[in-house]
Amino acid sequence: MTARERIAGSVANYVDERTGAAKWMKKNLTKVFPDHWSFLLGEIVLYSFIILLLSGTYLTFWFDPSQREVIYDGSYEPLQGIEMSAAYASTLDISFEVRGGLLMRQIHHWSALIFVAGMVVHLMRVYFTGAFRKPREFNWIIGVGLLTLGIVEGFLGYSLPDDLLSGTGIRIAEAIIQALPVVGSYLAFFAFGGAFPGEAFIPRIYTVHVLLLPGAFLALITVHLMLVWYQKHTQYPGPGRTEKNVVGYPLLPVYMAKAGGFFFIVFGVTAFLGAVASINPVWLFGPYTPAQVTAGSQPDWYMGWLDGLVRMAPPLESYIFGYTISWNILIPALIVPGILFTGLALYPFIESWITGDKREHHLLDRPRNAPNRTALGVMSITFMLVALINGGNDIIATTFDLTINQIMWFSRIGIFVLPPLAFVITKRLCLSLQRADRELVLHGRETGRLVMMPHGEFVEVHEPISPEKAWLLTQHEQVPPLALEEHDASGVRRPKALTNKLRARMSRAHAVAIPKATAEDLKQIENH
Amino acid sequence: MSNEIEPLKDPGLPAHTPRRADIDPLAAKKAERQVAILFLLSAAGTILLIASYLFIPQDVFIFFPVLGSTNAHQLFLGLGLAASLFFIGMGAIHWAKTLMPDEEVVIQRHEFRSPDEDRAEFVKSAKEGAAAAGLGRRSLIKRTLGLSLGLVGLSPLILLGDLGPLPDEKQKMTSWKKGTRLVTDPGDRPIRPEDLEVGAVAQTLPAVAPGTHRKLSDIAKDAVLLIRLRPEEFNLDAERLSWTHEGIIAFSKICSHMGCAVALYEQQTKHLLCPCHQSTFDVTRAAKVIFGPAARPLPQLAITVDSEGYLVAQNPFNEPVGPSFWGRSA
Repeated sequence: MTARERIAGSVANYVDERTGAAKWMKKNLTKVFPDHWSFLLGEIVLYSFIILLLSGTYLTFWFDPSQREVIYDGSYEPLQGIEMSAAYASTLDISFEVRGGLLMRQIHHWSALIFVAGMVVHLMRVYFTGAFRKPREFNWIIGVGLLTLGIVEGFLGYSLPDDLLSGTGIRIAEAIIQALPVVGSYLAFFAFGGAFPGEAFIPRIYTVHVLLLPGAFLALITVHLMLVWYQKHTQYPGPGRTEKNVVGYPLLPVYMAKAGGFFFIVFGVTAFLGAVASINPVWLFGPYTPAQVTAGSQPDWYMGWLDGLVRMAPPLESYIFGYTISWNILIPALIVPGILFTGLALYPFIESWITGDKREHHLLDRPRNAPNRTALGVMSITFMLVALINGGNDIIATTFDLTINQIMWFSRIGIFVLPPLAFVITKRLCLSLQRADRELVLHGRETGRLVMMPHGEFVEVHEPISPEKAWLLTQHEQVPPLALEEHDASGVRRPKALTNKLRARMSRAHAVAIPKATAEDLKQIENH
Repeated sequence: MSNEIEPLKDPGLPAHTPRRADIDPLAAKKAERQVAILFLLSAAGTILLIASYLFIPQDVFIFFPVLGSTNAHQLFLGLGLAASLFFIGMGAIHWAKTLMPDEEVVIQRHEFRSPDEDRAEFVKSAKEGAAAAGLGRRSLIKRTLGLSLGLVGLSPLILLGDLGPLPDEKQKMTSWKKGTRLVTDPGDRPIRPEDLEVGAVAQTLPAVAPGTHRKLSDIAKDAVLLIRLRPEEFNLDAERLSWTHEGIIAFSKICSHMGCAVALYEQQTKHLLCPCHQSTFDVTRAAKVIFGPAARPLPQLAITVDSEGYLVAQNPFNEPVGPSFWGRSA
């Protein structure tokens, strides 16, 4: 035993006698994680969160979250002598006076964009591969919660500098709160400490931004990761991979090195973006005043779809008994997003209700093998994209020499027409891909080699695909739709006829598939 | 449940093919050197970071294609930091991929569902615990506990009461009074009609006593836009026409949709456009909404001139300005 081993041994002994950690470590150091690039998306989000904590803490050392009015006397000449809030002035100081301050601000903002973008793409990966199915519904809901909080956190974060652009965003947020029936004015007065903008809002959202929400993130991310750990990661189908096993690399040393290394890569790339790509140059916008606004006001991208929905809303207000209901705000800013996020959170339960599938799933779906789910996903993305496009309608109009009216009407019609169209096209594409898979298994790969037969006919030589590939293309289950006849076996009419009818119908739509190639099919072809 | 038909056979995990570094000590040595070089690059990055911090002054700007004129201090600080982090990551991953074992390992999953006896045991202990506490039997305790917990839950709401005042009638009012002068923003100069040419726009606020500090929450309701047209261009009823003065018409600058400043005036079409959500108002028809999500015209301020010939408000706004709210009567 070397001296080093002796020291390590006695430290380990000390800890283990007090915690019993060895038992747990023994089991978990050799834990196996499956490998796939798409499993890195969640990691990117986690690492961005750490980068946000580090860079955010740095910024708090100089940022002064106060709406107290000061006269700017820093080194940025165009704004010298101008009245502004201490929040804005200290943001300018971080950008111009603190060495490395601008870099950290830009790293913080870039990693916030990557944080939310990473969550969205991670969510898409989980959705399209069916990773949310039993037993992972809890983690899906936590994930939707994290996304929602992430959007709020990002909005509060870019509102803090109190520049003209972000102040306009707060103005809009206040109008949304105020539009709530009955309690709107009360909530707005409570949030802002009186009439907009007051002097209370920046300090308050600062506490929420640096303490409350990060605390919630820490708690939720911890539970999210513990569940991933305990339930073990899902894996893509392939030879040797089953519902009962996990095929991959052990935590020690391979995953430790890869995941740890990946953190540094994400941090490095974010720092590179912070160094070369200017983001949110608040000194160009000037301090916030309610009487001014910049043309082409744009929120960060993850709020753009919401702004786009608000922009395309019809000018509807109701006046009932002397009270006002602003449908033009309530529908696009609260009702539609509410429905979207609730539907998103409930999707695992809706799908399992439709399919009647209550079993555990650890093998991921190939998106083409769940055409209905894939089509629904693409439909939702299309909806969001139309909304996002309309959120940038002024920028698009000036860039592509269109009028805002053209884009607005495109969006107003497109938001209803394009998503269903995307659904139909995607579903058909999925079925075509299934058909191609079947062809490939049964008739092999086209080699491009033409051969002339003795009787003069030209044929292309097909080469059989490998057994591994054939397995990949045929391993999935094809579950028949739920049998929910109106009358049960003994001829008694089932209760809830309408619900059952709807469920049976959706189940049929969900089960649509091209029959996969079977061993029998192959035998038939060989005998042919 | 589905596979009554015979599926294809799972060929099982493919055999492991060793990498070059696994069989060739020279290749392994080479990989080791590559990892070391990557780590050294990271060290060089940190040195660049330190050197930039110490030696590059903060006011040096250099020109780069694509980036444009860039602050050299921030740029090299950032590039140093980026390199120092990035190459640690690259080194670690290259190490893992070339030198650490790459044979896939298989472990078995366990079922999450607890065994039946554990479940039964749990139910038994839970029931015994509840019975021991006697919550079911002692309904008086149960009800009073429910009451007190419910009331305790209310206390944060009570304690947060001072977050803000309750909205009152002031929410519906602005600082404009009968005879308040319109002054330029910025500049605080009173305006005579002849200061505005036809087609001109002026941003104004109500005059305050010299030295008074305007609160942003007042500006958020008081901002008014003056626009001068030719009087014959108006398409207004008699009352609204009487609110204008020599072709000058005044509107609240705060959008009736979500409160942004309605800052874009198209002189040709005489439209006012809000840059936030593109609500468009027709100036000639008392700011009627002609496009976009706003549901109401911009409130019009009645103006005239005082004895010294300066523009003043005839009356306060006759409706609340800014976005709608529940208590706002139509």
